[in-house]
Amino acid sequence: MARKFLVLGEVRDGSLRNVSFEAIGAAKLAADGGEIVGVLVGDSVQNFGNELIQYGADRVIAVENDQLKQYTSDGYAQSLLAVIEQEKPEGIFFGHTALGKDLAPKLAGKLESGLISDVTSIEEEGGNIVFTRPIYSGKAFEKKIVTAGVIFATIRPNNIEPLAKDESRSGDVSTLSVDIKDLRTIIKDVVRKASEGVDLSEAKVIIAGGRGVKSEDGFEPLKELAQVLGGAVGASRGACDADYCDYSLQIGQTGKVVTPDLYIACGISGAIQHLAGMSNSKVIVAINKDPEANIFNVADYGIVGDLFEVVPLLTEEFKKLKVNA
Amino acid sequence: MNIYVLLKRTFDTEEKITLSNGKINEDGAEFIINPYDEYAVEEAIQVRDAQGGEVTVISVGTEEAEKQLRTALAMGADKAVLINIEDDIENGDQFTTAKIIGEYLKDKNADLIIAGNVAIDGGSGQVGPRVAEILGIPYITTITKLDIENGNVSVIRDVEGDSETIEASLPLLVTAQQGLNEPRYPSLPGIMKAKKKPLEELELDDLDLEEDDVEAKTKTIEIYLPAKKEAGKVLDGEISAQVTELVQLLRSEAKVI
Repeated sequence: MARKFLVLGEVRDGSLRNVSFEAIGAAKLAADGGEIVGVLVGDSVQNFGNELIQYGADRVIAVENDQLKQYTSDGYAQSLLAVIEQEKPEGIFFGHTALGKDLAPKLAGKLESGLISDVTSIEEEGGNIVFTRPIYSGKAFEKKIVTAGVIFATIRPNNIEPLAKDESRSGDVSTLSVDIKDLRTIIKDVVRKASEGVDLSEAKVIIAGGRGVKSEDGFEPLKELAQVLGGAVGASRGACDADYCDYSLQIGQTGKVVTPDLYIACGISGAIQHLAGMSNSKVIVAINKDPEANIFNVADYGIVGDLFEVVPLLTEEFKKLKVNA
Repeated sequence: MNIYVLLKRTFDTEEKITLSNGKINEDGAEFIINPYDEYAVEEAIQVRDAQGGEVTVISVGTEEAEKQLRTALAMGADKAVLINIEDDIENGDQFTTAKIIGEYLKDKNADLIIAGNVAIDGGSGQVGPRVAEILGIPYITTITKLDIENGNVSVIRDVEGDSETIEASLPLLVTAQQGLNEPRYPSLPGIMKAKKKPLEELELDDLDLEEDDVEAKTKTIEIYLPAKKEAGKVLDGEISAQVTELVQLLRSEAKVI
């Protein structure tokens, strides 16, 4: 059964996030031949419309308003409700990002609809769209369907393949004028802590440090390796609790759950809470002085050794590879 | 200040997950206050101590959640409410829980509602914003700092590592992110006092709700465990040779570089 789906294109730091293309890929799986309508919200976002189309959207609706320069749940909800009212889609997908997590429950609540959060795969089964998502931070998985209302889902970055970009595709990019009013939360200031490097939740490569990193300075070699690989730096709870790094880097059952292509754990023992946050990564490398460390039980490759010796060597080796490539 | 905390009883983070009859096996498992809700309890107590007022902790669940509510009372909350759905609801979802909490809170004139930003079991993070939407009040998720002065609120919100300073006014719902505070352990006198603090138990009937009113909008059709990962290859030899070998393996065998 062909279904119409909306997909929110999320713009961050002047470009569309990769997870928005993945969400279009997800919508293609769910739409069963139905129309995919990209939605853009902001003060000046129309120009991103073509890129959404090149990644598989059939057309795009942009809601532009000075009041939408920064994300607020009120402003974005008013915009999307207007688009939903006009388009009457069967479903709407978001990235499972800070924005998607904040906004989707409000809209699903307003429309008394089901929302499946943090989706890692989608399949069609007997006329139903079946969503798979991790529970207990990835210690188990569940398959769910939406039984009432609009089908809402947030798509976890790095799990569903986006469609290949097709620069020959074209489609209509239209604007919808929405009266944005009564914003009840006002953003006064934004401090960029995450500006160095790639965002953890979307990173294809993560270099994570644990107690073995020993100090704030101990993260430096990890940062260098992350930079060479175009990855992000993460941490275990132990490293955060010891004040070696900010809690925003924490990976685990409390903290972020990540699924990069490559996860390099440096000086991390591998407590069950940490494993819950990273063990579904595609390839795991463990570097630890203790050969008995639990992290080796989930690692694809392990090096027993001092991270301060191994990590700089790895950085050099990858640099060589880059030069030769 | 009339402060409410939304609290969920969850599996201890130490627990391994096993299945029995296609469901999560709870036999012998240890349960705790959802860690993010613990920050919420602590924050509520701190706000009350600074501003005056009362902290009420609410949980939707079974009578087993009384233990976690008593712990919150022992930390310093004033009252607890357990909405026991054991006999009425078999397969609820986030809509169900939010609708029940919303119905309970609609005439309570809450000034501030604090929840965890996500529960570590279901991991959906929906209930807080859904409750705010039902009550028609604003919300701010994943906060790491909360200041209240004369009804004006200033919070710092964690946005994937960035920090946003946001202003709002009461009534407001916020959800706690790690780093908001350091939750206290219940003291012995606290534990003694908690036994005498009021813990009200309600059922759907008491809220004038029918099962149909709170029927889930989603359905779980299967739960399964991930394939067990086989232990990989621990390299040996000189460290520099191991590093070279690792890079080769990542390129040619794992093909991730």
